Amino acid sequence: MLKECLRMSWQNIKGNKMRTFLTTLGIIIGVTAIITLITTVEGATNEITSQFTALGAGKVNVSVSGTPLKRGLTEDDIQRISRIDNISGVDPSVSFKQHVASEGTLCEDVSIEGRSAAYFTDAGLIGKGRGLTEMDMDRYSHVCVIDTELNANLFPNEDPIGKELVISGISYRIVGMLSDENDNDVMRAMSLMTGGNSGGLAIIPYPSALRITGSNSVNSLTLYIQDTAFTDDTISDVEEVLNAAFNYRDNAWQIINLDSLLDTMNTMTGMMTTMLAGIASIALLVGGIGIMNMMLVSVSERTTEIGLRKALGAKPSLIQTQFLIESVMLSLMGGLIGIVLGIILSMLIAGWIGMTFTLSTGAIALAFTFSATVGILFGWAPARKASRLNPIDALRSM
Amino acid sequence: MSNVILSMRGITKQYRMGDEMQTVLRGIDLDVEQGEFVAVLGPSGSGKSTLMNIIGCLDTPTSGSYILHGRDVGSLDEEELSSVRNKEIGFIFQSFQLLQRQNAMQNVELPLVYSGMHTHDRTQRAKQMLERVGLSDKLYHYPNQLSGGQQQRVAIARALANHPTILLADEPTGALDQQTGKQVMSLFHDLNEDGNTIIMITHDIGIARHAKRIVRILDGNLTEGVAEDA
Repeated sequence: MLKECLRMSWQNIKGNKMRTFLTTLGIIIGVTAIITLITTVEGATNEITSQFTALGAGKVNVSVSGTPLKRGLTEDDIQRISRIDNISGVDPSVSFKQHVASEGTLCEDVSIEGRSAAYFTDAGLIGKGRGLTEMDMDRYSHVCVIDTELNANLFPNEDPIGKELVISGISYRIVGMLSDENDNDVMRAMSLMTGGNSGGLAIIPYPSALRITGSNSVNSLTLYIQDTAFTDDTISDVEEVLNAAFNYRDNAWQIINLDSLLDTMNTMTGMMTTMLAGIASIALLVGGIGIMNMMLVSVSERTTEIGLRKALGAKPSLIQTQFLIESVMLSLMGGLIGIVLGIILSMLIAGWIGMTFTLSTGAIALAFTFSATVGILFGWAPARKASRLNPIDALRSM
Repeated sequence: MSNVILSMRGITKQYRMGDEMQTVLRGIDLDVEQGEFVAVLGPSGSGKSTLMNIIGCLDTPTSGSYILHGRDVGSLDEEELSSVRNKEIGFIFQSFQLLQRQNAMQNVELPLVYSGMHTHDRTQRAKQMLERVGLSDKLYHYPNQLSGGQQQRVAIARALANHPTILLADEPTGALDQQTGKQVMSLFHDLNEDGNTIIMITHDIGIARHAKRIVRILDGNLTEGVAEDA
């Protein structure tokens, strides 16, 4: 019996192709919009989150501008900070730009960074060779790690490990090269984002870098947090040390905590998703009204047919079921087309803005249930109307 | 009376027309036996359509009792009436009432679908019925590919499909020309010979004469008449 209902509904839907298409268009647009919006926003959020996590999960950056009397953090300050509970590592860095030379090739505008061994604890940072170690720091070793860009500039298609690099007249042996993907330094990523590209990067032990600059203070510090649940407490401890170090002067330093930034951003994108889905739901609602309209037209158009079916023994409940099936079929058809279109569209968008496409099953489930609900909700009244038609009146209206 | 399959006693029907009640049927008594061919003859407005609706279980009487095939129809609800219509009554309408988007077979199968018959048996039965009305070569034709007479034959096959107790025909020749009408009437004769009980509603004395028994309805009253007298 149900199979017959399905067949009859399908026949009727098929019999009015143009009308069916126009009716389902509302649902198609609504579902397409929902899928595309949610998938795209979710994808973008994931993308940003993963980038941020790579950059700064469990890390806090301290940027010091100093005061006229004290230009940066001294070795004592750094020691004091590193003794704070819950800080597993302190990575001071010094950076400046300089030209470097190697084997007769000169390379202008290279970023030189002085780093501590803590910096190299991140897995995946080093693509080739090794990172800098505590021993390199203590001994003021003349070794360096370069990035792929500098490698390409100086020794195209050659293995840089073991070669010498001259910075400020001192020769440094290249012991390692950064991997291409895992560029996880916040400051550098930010400077890249703002367009400050360089001719490459060479990392040397930070005591050596301090010697080159002739200064004894550090202006940038990355703190590695042991337990991120207590990040806020740790930060206030750090603030205390910094305030003491700079005599409570305003604007002498700044702490950037990416975790809290990430939280804020997640809340924002969550709100945006909800809002966009809400707007798209309006399209679905309008689509539902379209279906209801078509079903009502269909019922009055087929009054005679309904009367005949009843005369031939169709129970009112069966008539109602048939019309309900028809409207659910219509909206599900619209829903399915919408889902397919939505996926295609979000894939195109993902390709276009260059992020990885992730299928949001939640969005699909939402769109599917929504369109089925729309079919039942807006098909119910017309179906009931059909089932209650008096067969005599219905047959007479031919 | 031995094989009475339809028995009406004191059937009345009133409609509310604005403020006043209008009485359409004023106490109808009617008995129909198995295998009869009865014509209900009456002009328009005589109440014959109302009577047909009540016989066909499309409508319920205001008062009186109606026993169909041993069952008191007056006490049934809407869902049960559907099932009575499906199994006991074979409707034949003036304007055929075929579903235009379905072919002859599908049209004939419709009441079988509602009685819950399986697909295989259904096809078998529908084919059988269409052969019975002489349309074995038009099984998969759509109504618009058939003549009026052929369409009415499909409708008759559909009415026969569930082996109903009564074939109930409402002006079955009303939409046909005389020649075709005669053919349909002779089919009715044959079906009656096969043992089918037929009740035919008409305003046309010429058509009514084809029946073996004529009852006249006028102003809501039924009087027995004989075919030969008319």
